[in-house]
Amino acid sequence: MNLRSVSVTAWIGIAGIAIAVIAAALAPWLAPYGENQVVGSPWEAASQAFPLGLDNLGRDLLSRMIYGARMTLFVAFSATVLSFSLGVVLSFVAAVMRGYVDMGLSRLNDLMMSIPTLIFALIVLAALPQNLAVLIGVMAVLDSTRVFRLGRALAGDIAVMDFVEAARLRGEKTLWIVFREILPNAMTPLVAEFGLRLAFAVLFISTLSFLGLGIQPPTADWGGMVKDNKDGIIFGISAALVPGAAIAALTISINLVVDWLLKRTSSLKGGRGG
Amino acid sequence: MMSATTCPTDRSPAASGSPPDPLNEEAAGQPAAFMDPMTDTQSIPSDPVKVPAPGPLAILRARFPMGSRIGERMLLGICLLFASSILIFAGIEVLPGNFAETYLGQAATPQAIANLSAEFGLDKPLVTRYFDWLFNILHGDFGHSWASGQSVSTQIADRLGNSLLLAGAAAIIAVPLSVGLGLIAVLYRDRLVDRLINLISLAAVSLPEFFVAYLLILVFVVQHSVAAFPATVYDSMGLMEKLQTIILPVATLVLVVIAHMMRMTRAAIINVMASAYMETAELKGIGAMRAIVKHAAPNALAPIINVVALNLAYLIVGVVVVEVVFVYPGMGQYMVDAVTVRDLPVVQGCGLVFAGIYILLNMTADILSILVNPRLRHPR
Repeated sequence: MNLRSVSVTAWIGIAGIAIAVIAAALAPWLAPYGENQVVGSPWEAASQAFPLGLDNLGRDLLSRMIYGARMTLFVAFSATVLSFSLGVVLSFVAAVMRGYVDMGLSRLNDLMMSIPTLIFALIVLAALPQNLAVLIGVMAVLDSTRVFRLGRALAGDIAVMDFVEAARLRGEKTLWIVFREILPNAMTPLVAEFGLRLAFAVLFISTLSFLGLGIQPPTADWGGMVKDNKDGIIFGISAALVPGAAIAALTISINLVVDWLLKRTSSLKGGRGG
Repeated sequence: MMSATTCPTDRSPAASGSPPDPLNEEAAGQPAAFMDPMTDTQSIPSDPVKVPAPGPLAILRARFPMGSRIGERMLLGICLLFASSILIFAGIEVLPGNFAETYLGQAATPQAIANLSAEFGLDKPLVTRYFDWLFNILHGDFGHSWASGQSVSTQIADRLGNSLLLAGAAAIIAVPLSVGLGLIAVLYRDRLVDRLINLISLAAVSLPEFFVAYLLILVFVVQHSVAAFPATVYDSMGLMEKLQTIILPVATLVLVVIAHMMRMTRAAIINVMASAYMETAELKGIGAMRAIVKHAAPNALAPIINVVALNLAYLIVGVVVVEVVFVYPGMGQYMVDAVTVRDLPVVQGCGLVFAGIYILLNMTADILSILVNPRLRHPR
């Protein structure tokens, strides 16, 4: 893979992701004001000092956006990493072990998927204590069902190949087969899926926060900021749209990269259509 | 001649009893990677049928391929519904945290906790409570809200109609529009129109519902004041009046769901067009139109039905956020409010209704695609 093969749209996507990541990483140095520092009156219009204006409590919107990038990205990323580890390992083990393990895991997965993700999350969050670890855990477990489904399909193809059979006859253990034989061969579609799940996680945590069930105030996160500022909309104050646009821009960026990755995968595989 | 070429792949490897062919599995697994986050289907897992020991069931399947499959799917749907009711009930009850304690907050003296537990029946064993709950629900009683004491059933009955109105109106607009756009995209495949549609829809699937909703409010309520906000409907309103009020929430739902449906329609049709029998038709020299009508359309119907059902199911969930934004008195708002105050009977009731609708829609989609599958129309 060389840099020239990266399409223009993918470059736009990469740039978008890079901006968000840099903002998140360098938040304390980049933000002109503190995360919860009240610097003026509520919903003050944009000015030289406050490029994006102030929010519902008179905090600088730009600073909160930068700190919010940190929270949103952190939660989305850790939930996706967790859900991926969980989904990939379980689905590959299911595909390799076959029999009852496969049956049990696959049916359990079907059952979990029979309830819509958001509804399931609402049910579980109604019962669990509200904190960050619980939130990430719930998102990860619910999302891992989708990863499991893809992983099971991928590993099902690979597990019947001759080189896996050879490894089995050599007497390799299940985990060795999972990590050394199947995983490397399933990498490309999994990377694309990781992007999709990450985009979904960003949307999901933002939605939960918007509903007031995600990250709790006063911590800044993009979904919660929409919620904070939504009452201004009716007065024509667009403060709520800024974090909304940021969420959209980030997910679009991720999807642009994923789109390119998927196209590249299908062209590598060759074949008619695609 | 025609019938011989319509189904060249009739004897699929799975049906003839050979071990699962990796290439064929590949084709089955591939679309999953292309699908978008919300493709939360639960279609029948394609069980890799082992060498058929011709038992009575196998004979039944061979004689009535369509009927037996539909029967199986319905049975699966009922099982899923039952299992999800257990999941919803147990999911809440098994999790840590004492509800009486949370509910009372500061006033949680041991005596008060015991009283409250007795009042809500929390002191009974879990299994007893589950069956009581299920028994009552089957008789139309979802219990009473902890927060307000009102009957959950009446609330759900009122609000479910509102939510279905919202989702239904969105579906009537979105389904024809998106399937049409998907067809256009395939027709002009890889040309400018297709690329434009592709890029715009890619952006559209990335937009959060609330962002679209507030954007619409800003433009159509604040700047031009042509629509109503909040979109609260009352029972006293007539249907036309209600529809007028819900224009913005419906528009939001349509915008959010249309890109999805269109992309999936496009992928489904392209998948069919890439299959071996379409190549045969092309090599045989029949015209493009004829090939599409005779060969592609019957096979593309099932995936398109699936796409539509998936997105209808997605609409059911999408109403949650849209209802909260527009202060619309539907199921979603009811459930979110209940979750914030941990009003468990309401959460469980709403959760079960949402899950039920979702499972039902998916089941209908699967049954419909079995019905339109030309390969299952005749016994082997």
